[in-house]
Amino acid sequence: MSTDATLSFEEAMEKYDPVLGFEVHVELNTKTKMFSSAPNVFGDEPNTNVNEVDLGMPGVLPVLNKTAVESSIKIGLALNCKIAETCRFARKNYFYPDTPKNFQTSQYDEPIAYDGYLDIELSDGTVFRVEIERAHMEEDAGKLTHLGGSAGRIQGADYSLVDYNRAGVPLVEIVTKPIEGAGSRAPELAKAYVAAVREIVKNLGVSDAKMERGNVRCDANVSLRPHGRERFGIRSETKNVNSLRAVEHAVRYEIQRHAAVLDSGEPVIQETRHWHEDTRTTTSGREKSDADDYRYFPEPDLVPVVASREWVEELRATLPEPPAARRKRLQADWGYSDLEFRDVVNAGVMDEIEETIAAGATPTVARKWWMGEIVGRAKNADVDPGQLGVEPATIVELNKMVEDGKINNKMASEVLDGVLAGEGTPAEIVEKRGLAVVSDDGPLLEAIDAALAAQPDVADKIRAGKLQAIGAIVGGVMKATRGQADAGRVKELILEKLGVNA
Amino acid sequence: MTDTNSNQLIRFSAAQLAEKLAAREITSVEVVQAHLDRIAAVDGGDRGVHAFLHVNAEEALAVAAEVDAIRAAGGAAAEELHELAGVPIAVKDLIVTVGQPTTAGSKILEGWHSPYDATVVQKLRAAKMPILGKTNLDEFAMGSSTEHSAYGPTRNPWDLDRIPGGSGGGSAAAVAAFEAPLALGTDTGGSIRQPGAVTGTVGVKPTYGSVSRYGAIAMASSLDQIGPVSRTVLDSALLHQVIGGHDPFDSTSLPDPLGDLVAAARLGNVDGMKIGIVKELHGEGYQAGVENRFNESLELLKQAGAEIVEVSCPNFKYALGAYYLIMPSEASSNLAKFDGVRYGLRVLPEEPPLTIERVMGATRAAGFGDEVKRRIILGTYALSAGYYDAYYGSAQKVRTLIQRDFEAAFAKADVLISPTAPTTAFKLGEKLNDPLAMYLNDVATIPANMAGVPGLSLPGGLADEDGLPVGIQLLAPAREDARLYRVGAVLESLLEAKWGGPLLDRAPELAASPVVEPVETLVDAQEAK
Repeated sequence: MSTDATLSFEEAMEKYDPVLGFEVHVELNTKTKMFSSAPNVFGDEPNTNVNEVDLGMPGVLPVLNKTAVESSIKIGLALNCKIAETCRFARKNYFYPDTPKNFQTSQYDEPIAYDGYLDIELSDGTVFRVEIERAHMEEDAGKLTHLGGSAGRIQGADYSLVDYNRAGVPLVEIVTKPIEGAGSRAPELAKAYVAAVREIVKNLGVSDAKMERGNVRCDANVSLRPHGRERFGIRSETKNVNSLRAVEHAVRYEIQRHAAVLDSGEPVIQETRHWHEDTRTTTSGREKSDADDYRYFPEPDLVPVVASREWVEELRATLPEPPAARRKRLQADWGYSDLEFRDVVNAGVMDEIEETIAAGATPTVARKWWMGEIVGRAKNADVDPGQLGVEPATIVELNKMVEDGKINNKMASEVLDGVLAGEGTPAEIVEKRGLAVVSDDGPLLEAIDAALAAQPDVADKIRAGKLQAIGAIVGGVMKATRGQADAGRVKELILEKLGVNA
Repeated sequence: MTDTNSNQLIRFSAAQLAEKLAAREITSVEVVQAHLDRIAAVDGGDRGVHAFLHVNAEEALAVAAEVDAIRAAGGAAAEELHELAGVPIAVKDLIVTVGQPTTAGSKILEGWHSPYDATVVQKLRAAKMPILGKTNLDEFAMGSSTEHSAYGPTRNPWDLDRIPGGSGGGSAAAVAAFEAPLALGTDTGGSIRQPGAVTGTVGVKPTYGSVSRYGAIAMASSLDQIGPVSRTVLDSALLHQVIGGHDPFDSTSLPDPLGDLVAAARLGNVDGMKIGIVKELHGEGYQAGVENRFNESLELLKQAGAEIVEVSCPNFKYALGAYYLIMPSEASSNLAKFDGVRYGLRVLPEEPPLTIERVMGATRAAGFGDEVKRRIILGTYALSAGYYDAYYGSAQKVRTLIQRDFEAAFAKADVLISPTAPTTAFKLGEKLNDPLAMYLNDVATIPANMAGVPGLSLPGGLADEDGLPVGIQLLAPAREDARLYRVGAVLESLLEAKWGGPLLDRAPELAASPVVEPVETLVDAQEAK
């Protein structure tokens, strides 16, 4: 894999002005597929959630899923879009084995939702408006797995397997207008925009919104132009950037790469790029020109979708509170300071904290765990915190163990590592690793005696009322018990032993 | 057993069979067996009719035996049997069936068995109509002569050297040759009506959306419609009533039923009706014998109390051109799924590399015949960027104009009338290498598909110059299919009174599979080019 030249981000920003554009595909969580009655379920045995329609058998016809239309309208409304009174599907014709009919049934010139916007709050609180061009309905393709050859790419593969379970899963594709004026905030805006879309569809309940499962997939368009020029530069489209961090990184990388290409005097090639999480770089995919001819025409097997104003208003009335209002409410409910809450939002763990609280933790405990333990681990693992796989119930269980004095905070952290390593439930890990706090006073008293004997001067200070000196004795006890003692109990026993009232 | 012999059984209409079955004068097993015997006698061999691509003897007999057993047992189950229970039927091989192969007349689906039944087939099964087998057709229903079948042409029972029309030549010939009392066809531009015309049978293209298309392998989705093929107008109404109705599996299916078509066929009344002659659908380009029979029918209808008026549909002259843009455009997309990846034929390229594109290409190159390729190329071109507006877009505008022409015409007339096809059956091979001449066969039938209105073709007599059947076409406004049966039944009875019996009584007797010099087949014709 050849490495493209890049400029430093700062230099790129000095010379050029980035223009962004996003196509975000949202998989809807309807019970059945877009045009068939086959189940829409992730992760089952390949080619089990298919019927004759999904396989493109001769003679089959599509029937539109009404719930998918409702979900699409809800997304459109949440994105402040206009909802078309009537709209149609079209056929996008191209031969590829993941598309069973060799055309994708999609909306082309008549999207169900259009002309919207989304206000994106950046980490410092500035609000940036992203204009939405359209949100349209379409069906997902099957999944190809290329075997043999390198890196799972079709080029050089010995053979490919097709799983049509995903074929026909309802999608809404949200397309922005060109986003200008983000400047050096472009990578941050990219991440915040995709996060906001994800939050909206999750909040609406229309998608499972798990990026790691491909429920929300982002194609990021980047182009650069010299400062002061109006005409856009030539863009690249980085496909399937499937985590929030990756969106930020991919935009940053493409800006740096484009800048280097432009600096060299070469034209940027209009093409799709593949994102590589391991190297945090993109490589050239298919050249994409405006000459790509999908021979769109109106889908004759479907009738126009009619969204009466009454229906749209009924759906509008069912919309949950918008994310901005929700944030305000959550912050008040949880009693976090502005700074605390912004940190939570920026770390991308607001939903996780909400779920943890719902599972029984206090807001303080939930924040302590997510911000104090999990975010750091996610950073080290280079994934989004939600992708680590920590269940809210796990946190509640861990915290209860600490509160009950079964383990201390240090142990709890170790147990969490065990959970993440897949060693089992917290209780199992405590058991397996022998991590229980020593609560039998016998061994503790021995250790306390030893510690007092080793530091008689400290013991005197405590007796004399200098209670803050107790830390040294507690430390000695903890060391002797390899951290397994309950520090609180140790403190009590020391004071008892020395006849001091705390 | 009864003493009705098998030669009589095959000549009964479906309505007559239904009556005799209900009265237990005959059994369904006898009826099915008589038709199977007839198929065995006249369908095979070098000079056989070759209406069938697959004969479904075992299942048909089993269904027949089941119906007979229910009738013999009597009681509620016998009462609940459908009127046509036990009456056998042939199904065009474009319609998918579980338990029998479905080829669409193409090599690309050779040996393929559908995992599901078409909605109309489910309805036949629910009515307990034994399915005799699958009938021949032009490949993917693309043609007007059935010569484009990859499995060899069907012959016209009136003259074995002539075409039986197309694409549904197999269904029409099977009914004309008494191999089946009923058949299903599909009509995209005339594929039910034109074969009906040239074989002296009845064929109906119902209102678009009134019969489910689910399970009919699509050629042009916005034009295709399944419909009945029979020897009498009443029989078509009976079958139409079985297969019609809303289907949740077809989004273009109409929500409401069409009303009582059988009653309309039994009523048969034209007194006071206005019947419009479409100026653009007769005269120049139509064979003299066809015109004569057409005028004769007009005279009969007038005598029966109808008022004959003339209407003009000026945009019909663009119908054929527009049709040959819309149909191939939709077909190019509908046929994309035949790529060797999931089912049917798979051909590997002769030389490496073995990429998916090359496997798809090799499969489609080997699996599709010339006419199919011609239309895929035409349609792909018409939909291409830069040409879309000029071709597909303009054709859609013409379609709107044709619909308006129909609206204006139906403001003046209850039903329109024309010859079904400009000529009688031509010789096998005669137009095979002249696609444009072939396409002209459908000039009178295409407007109905373009507008979604129903059309019926019934026998209008024999042309003086060649003694071959001429078809008369009736057209009605959308959802007014009943009018076709009402007028058709009257005209049929007047004509039969004139002829002294059904037209098919005048067809030559078919000899049992004699071996004679074979005519030029499709394959030979293509090699000769």
